[in-house]
Amino acid sequence: MRLRPMYARQIVDMSVKLISVLSSLIGICVLVLIIYEVIARGIAACSLSFFTELPAPPGMGEGGVANAIIGTLIITVLASLIGVPVGLLAGIFLAEFGKDTKFSEVTIFILNVIIGIPSIIIGLFVYTVLVKPFGSFSGYAGAVALAIIMLPVIARTAQDMLLLVPNSLRESAFALGMPYWRVILSVVFRYARSGLTTAILLAIARVSGETAPLLFTALNSQYWIESLTQPTANLTVTIYNYAISPYTDWQQIAWGASLLIMIGVLTVNIFARLVFKPKFR
Amino acid sequence: MNKPVKEQQHRQLNLKQKKIKIAVNGLNFFYGKHQVLFDNSIEIYSNTVLAIIGPSGCGKSTHIRVYNRIFQMYRDQRAYGEIIIDGENILLPSYNLIGLRKKVGMIFQKPTPFPMTIFDNVAYGLKLHYKLSKTELHEKVRTALDKAALLSEVENKLDAPALSLSGGQQQRLCIARAIAIEPEILLMDEPTSAIDPIATAKIEELIEILKKNYTIVIVTHNMQQAARIADYTAFFYQGYIVEIGKTKQLFQNPEKKQTEDYITGRFG
Repeated sequence: MRLRPMYARQIVDMSVKLISVLSSLIGICVLVLIIYEVIARGIAACSLSFFTELPAPPGMGEGGVANAIIGTLIITVLASLIGVPVGLLAGIFLAEFGKDTKFSEVTIFILNVIIGIPSIIIGLFVYTVLVKPFGSFSGYAGAVALAIIMLPVIARTAQDMLLLVPNSLRESAFALGMPYWRVILSVVFRYARSGLTTAILLAIARVSGETAPLLFTALNSQYWIESLTQPTANLTVTIYNYAISPYTDWQQIAWGASLLIMIGVLTVNIFARLVFKPKFR
Repeated sequence: MNKPVKEQQHRQLNLKQKKIKIAVNGLNFFYGKHQVLFDNSIEIYSNTVLAIIGPSGCGKSTHIRVYNRIFQMYRDQRAYGEIIIDGENILLPSYNLIGLRKKVGMIFQKPTPFPMTIFDNVAYGLKLHYKLSKTELHEKVRTALDKAALLSEVENKLDAPALSLSGGQQQRLCIARAIAIEPEILLMDEPTSAIDPIATAKIEELIEILKKNYTIVIVTHNMQQAARIADYTAFFYQGYIVEIGKTKQLFQNPEKKQTEDYITGRFG
């Protein structure tokens, strides 16, 4: 038996290490560049009027996106109110009651397909179901579109988190005479708490930055929000409209709005990772 | 298949007037289509400790997991036959599962404290089954911890997370949790296999004391342990109950060749 040359293996080992480090560096660089660019260009837009006023016509100076900030908050909260409970309950079904059944297998497959559908198609779908029949773009339609995007993400991650809970814990809870719903709520959820919270926060952060599904549903508006049955101002569509406009002051506002969303999403992400570190493990 | 042994037991029964707590008749058990228990029949007397020994995979754990129907958590597991506890067949679908598990407590191989405080771990089951005032609850929790020989070690940190305890302490916490709701039967599935010798000794002492109030069935890999703590011992092999008898008798004078081979270490 002849030994393979030692140095060749070391070279291969080193180069694999090098390539993977370089790849991660590229990822980090891109993120840092994006953050730097958005901050550098967006910071100038952040005046008091930016947060408190309605959009001004191009060339009229000042003006802000206060209505869009409120609109995005409302639409996201509303979407979460629909998407989080339904998603969580679906996740419970998949991991607990319906585990290993044909029905849950089919559901998982469908949820995976929905996760893969481009969000603009979800927007189009809601457009035909909620916008066309009612004759108006609306904040409600926007929230429903975002909820549809959220639901499968939350359901699948919740399922994964619940499946991570060891069966021995469920057995102990059952052995004490707990009914299934209490086992889930008091023991399984508690064990999976940090994972579930992170999953929910990340899903919310994700949809709060969605633009395409809102283009056909909530649309946008220059005015304060009076009713969610009307087109509703929101940050992402504002960014879209203003960024492609030829006016420099509007482009400036688009950068400002981008900065705002980015900070929001980053905050939620960092919060999710820091605050909900597993306590008991 | 083991008639002489059974007759002998019946004689003992008559002599000592012992009450049969659990009677298993013709228990067969399946994982899917795969049968793992064959025609198990056994009688367990009140306030005694029965040890179940046998090589890995012989169905010891599976057998006791039928007593509280915990196996039903899993979709593909099926049990056929009769298990009579206090005169009622607990395998009937109409038997109240929550009542059964209140009556038949279980300790598992690995300690499984709930992700909550030490106090809440014990209080949880109590609150589930009893209406208690705050003082009564505190009293009961302390009593249970005391019975499980844990109170002195955790008295000052009842609000600490249960998972901060050592493995042996966690296992005694699980015992406290199980006995807090005052079951009548305690099933122990290799309760000391994951913990150190000192904690094991504590738990064995505990079993000795608990037997006054409970009927205990313990699965163990450790034959010395069975010899130390059990009144009766059953030897399982490949899903069959090969032999059951008084512990001393089974270890010193086994009737079946298989039993002798196992306890003398010739296989398993």
